[in-house]
Amino acid sequence: MNLFSTFRVAILALLLNKMRSFLTVLGIIIGVGSVIAMVAIGEGAKAEVQRAFDKMGTNLLVIRSGSAQTSGVRGGAGSQPTLLWTDVDAIRKETLYVTKVSPSLRQNVQILGEGKNWTTSAEGTTPEYFEIRNWTFQYGGPFNEQDVTTKAKVAVLGGTVVDNLFGNAADAVGSTVRLNNVPFEVIGVLSRKGQAATGQDADDVVMVPAGTFAAKVQGGLRQYLGGSIYVGAATPEDTRKAQAEITTLLRARHKLRDDEPDDFTVSSLAEAASARQEGTETMTRLLAGIALVSLLVGGIGIMNIMLVSVTERTREIGLRMAIGARPGDILIQFVIEAVVLASVGGLLGVGLGFGVATYLSSEFGWATKIDPQIVALALGSSALVGVGFGLYPAHKASRLDPIQALRYE
Amino acid sequence: MTEPILEATDLVKTYTMEDVEVRALRGVSLAVRPGEFVSIMGTSGSGKSTMMNILGCLDRPTSGSYKLAGKEVSKLGRGDLATVRNKVLGFVFQSFNLLARTSAQENVELPMVYAGVPAGERHERAIASLEKVGLGKRLDHTPAQLSGGQQQRVAIARAIVNRPKVILADEPTGNLDSRTSIEIMALFQELGRSGITIVLVTHEPDIAEFTSRVVMMRDGKVLSDVTQNPTDARAALANYKEGDA
Ligand SMILES: Nc1ncnc2c1ncn2[C@@H]1O[C@H](COP(=O)(O)OP(=O)(O)O)[C@@H](O)[C@H]1O
Ligand SMILES: [Mg+2]
Repeated sequence: MNLFSTFRVAILALLLNKMRSFLTVLGIIIGVGSVIAMVAIGEGAKAEVQRAFDKMGTNLLVIRSGSAQTSGVRGGAGSQPTLLWTDVDAIRKETLYVTKVSPSLRQNVQILGEGKNWTTSAEGTTPEYFEIRNWTFQYGGPFNEQDVTTKAKVAVLGGTVVDNLFGNAADAVGSTVRLNNVPFEVIGVLSRKGQAATGQDADDVVMVPAGTFAAKVQGGLRQYLGGSIYVGAATPEDTRKAQAEITTLLRARHKLRDDEPDDFTVSSLAEAASARQEGTETMTRLLAGIALVSLLVGGIGIMNIMLVSVTERTREIGLRMAIGARPGDILIQFVIEAVVLASVGGLLGVGLGFGVATYLSSEFGWATKIDPQIVALALGSSALVGVGFGLYPAHKASRLDPIQALRYE
Repeated sequence: MTEPILEATDLVKTYTMEDVEVRALRGVSLAVRPGEFVSIMGTSGSGKSTMMNILGCLDRPTSGSYKLAGKEVSKLGRGDLATVRNKVLGFVFQSFNLLARTSAQENVELPMVYAGVPAGERHERAIASLEKVGLGKRLDHTPAQLSGGQQQRVAIARAIVNRPKVILADEPTGNLDSRTSIEIMALFQELGRSGITIVLVTHEPDIAEFTSRVVMMRDGKVLSDVTQNPTDARAALANYKEGDA
């Protein structure tokens, strides 16, 4: 008996009992459907996180004061400054893989503009910082190196700050704002980034030259740099090499003995990004588990209905055997029937998953992404479930005695 | 004399059910030559069906030998027996055993599906076979749309479509009225004239009249084995009056 006729017979047999076939595969439909939909959402979220990190700049290293190991005791990295202003220059000049360096001093400030009041995060930095962190400008532009050395009182505002101080963003450039009562001239408005990967509002910020920040906002730290240093490299590979370079350089500059721990930490955003991705990996594995269970349950349903079908069609099996079907022919017929049943369930499930994902992305604006590999995997495992759970009923059918089977009422 | 197409020697069949041994066949020998039309008669429980199952390669004897077309088949396995049934034998059952909700043509094609006949040839041969039994206009009808006699004709078309050497029929007229029974016997006689060997089981003497040889069984043994001049079923039909039987 050739395979085409076998498939035809299987499909016809299933069509004779459309409702029953449908109910049988409902488990597989729902299982596969929910997995496809949830993976689509998971993959979408993953891509979203990746985009957020890309916006922050991926080939990025952050150097903070304080050792990672003792940070618990000391109350967090950066609590006691160990980084020096001269470290910034040293990193720029004495490393191979670092392309950009910039300090970042942060402190919460009161900002006043057009009579309105807002609490935000002030950041003292240098012009390179805008490149390292992929900041672009909606209006105006960045401050320059000269502004840093002359401690110019100029500021760049983030979108959220502008929203809270000005009715019209275009009016901001050229106006004066007060940071902790010191007047600054607004020279630029940053393009919006939205929510950062860390969950904070990246646009709730005001940036001023590092020199100005040290003198007018922070003060009193002398040679120490009261913040972190951001470093950019060309590629992810270079970023890893730069991390090692910087560690060696700073240990030497801070005159640490071999047995002393680092008094700074060099962390990469790529690491943070991959930590976030690991979270989604765990979710994906959980989904795979749910998929497995639902396929198992669906498979048991298929086995059950196939056993019923074998019993109902005992006479048919007897007849087929009498006119020349070998046990193998009967076995294949019922296995294929189970495979067709499970695959149709898988196919409908993929359709359902597609539908749900499309609905969620259009209705709630959730990012969803359907991976063809997952679809293939879902269909493949559905078919496999058909083989696995169809085998026992099919074997039972193939072992029937033709005489008994023909006499069955 | 030609070689027998069926040659059963000393067939014994014993069923064991919960310590009780039922001896359905106690040493039956039967030789049938090509082209013979044999009826097996006997009371209920005399072993007719058991005999037919063995002759039909659906069952194996407990002991004894059975040669089909010169080949010993009593020791073959399930798969090989299936092939023998497919290539050498054709079956007609009392209850027709057609696949429900399946057209006459597809029912007739079924044995060829297992013989690996390509689809085009399958269609042609099924149609030819149905025309032979007078159902050339009923190809698309399902069993539910056919009378009992027509269903049995479809079953006969299915039995001959693989060009078997022997047709085995266990009470083929058991579910039919007497006129239709004679029609079916006329069809069997026609097939017999074309050279097919036919063995059928019946408990009606009227039916056995149409065959050329009557084997009488009792208690798992052959009681008598008589060759006779068969009544012509076609002539009987011409003379048939309602209420005659
Ligand atoms: N599968 C079986 N198991 C046990 N006993 C059986 C079986 N088939 C037939 N028999 C017994 O064998 C004897 C002959 O049966 P069977 O060949 O069907 O007779 P017939 O067809 O002439 O009525 C009966 O006594 C019957 O009960
Ligand atoms: Mg019987």
